Amino acid sequence: MNEALMIGGMALVTFLIRYPVLALVGKIDMPKRIFDALRYVAPSVLAAIVIPVVLLPSNKPIQQLPDAIPLVATLLAALVMWRSKSLLATVIVGIAAFVILRAALPLFGPVFGQ
Amino acid sequence: MTAVSTPRSEFLAGMRDTIPMDVGSLPFGIIFGAVAVNAGLSPFGAQSMSLFVFAGSAQFIAAGLVAQNVSALFIVVTTFVVNLRHALYSATLAPYLRHVKARWLPLMGFTLTDETFVIVFKRFEERGALPYGQWYFLGSSAVMYANWQLCTLAGIVAGRTIPNPLDWGLDFAATVTFTGMIVSMVRNRSTGLAVIVAGVVALIANPLPNRLGLMLAALAGVVAGVIGKSLFREDQVERLGVSSDVGPVARGQQ
Repeated sequence: MNEALMIGGMALVTFLIRYPVLALVGKIDMPKRIFDALRYVAPSVLAAIVIPVVLLPSNKPIQQLPDAIPLVATLLAALVMWRSKSLLATVIVGIAAFVILRAALPLFGPVFGQ
Repeated sequence: MTAVSTPRSEFLAGMRDTIPMDVGSLPFGIIFGAVAVNAGLSPFGAQSMSLFVFAGSAQFIAAGLVAQNVSALFIVVTTFVVNLRHALYSATLAPYLRHVKARWLPLMGFTLTDETFVIVFKRFEERGALPYGQWYFLGSSAVMYANWQLCTLAGIVAGRTIPNPLDWGLDFAATVTFTGMIVSMVRNRSTGLAVIVAGVVALIANPLPNRLGLMLAALAGVVAGVIGKSLFREDQVERLGVSSDVGPVARGQQ
């Protein structure tokens, strides 16, 4: 495998997706309907990234307690964002909850029989 | 905001607003570096990929494919499919960047990531087409790019000593930042509907390869949002002037 060729090809196709639309669409008059529709791109893409990670960890439905940790930490993060409106606080609390729950998992073992 | 906006203040604001996203992508970058060298890329190749491709999830998938010894052509085609969503990002941001000189656009295109798109879109949506919007964009790009390079380097250096970097689950950090952004964006019912529909379609389409499910889910979310907007009569609310909605050409700038 030619590493340089692969990386060069990846760089080229990625640039050719990102740049031309940015350059061309700014030159034409976009109908208001399309412009309004595009405002749903960001929340939709984010939901499409996050929800499978949380509800299908390892591409399987949640079956055991450890699988539910991302879900619990994410719900907590959502709550922090809703109340505090601070993205940084949300990130710190969410990651801390995730790390602490994973570390504390053995403690729950006897309770849930795992 | 009463402060006068200058290229410098916009650049700094873009940097500042993107820092939480950096925290979220930090583990992701380190894990990429570690996975890439364990997969058989040279340290130089792994860093070059971050320097020249600069697309997190595509780089991850490429590293996974390198480990399976598939052809370079297949990896390039896969990269194209995985990154297709960026065309939607470009189309979304372009109306706000009409006044920007053409020479800046290649740099902005090259550094357009999920994170920068989300941060910049939120700013433009709240404030309309800013005269120095490109500097906000580039400020966001600068901290994402620097962060990604340093994290990749750290991952490459640590790579041999981390046996199974993916088992640590720290790629979860990005999920948290994205969750925060979703919460901050859901301000009306149509956006809530878009999020729910995109999420459900993403779950159903999860088995599709190359993140095609992501693309499908995003499109379904956009359609749901548009339908929801007329269903919930948000158009009328906007016309009454209740919404703080600002279009790209509003405010008479430039």
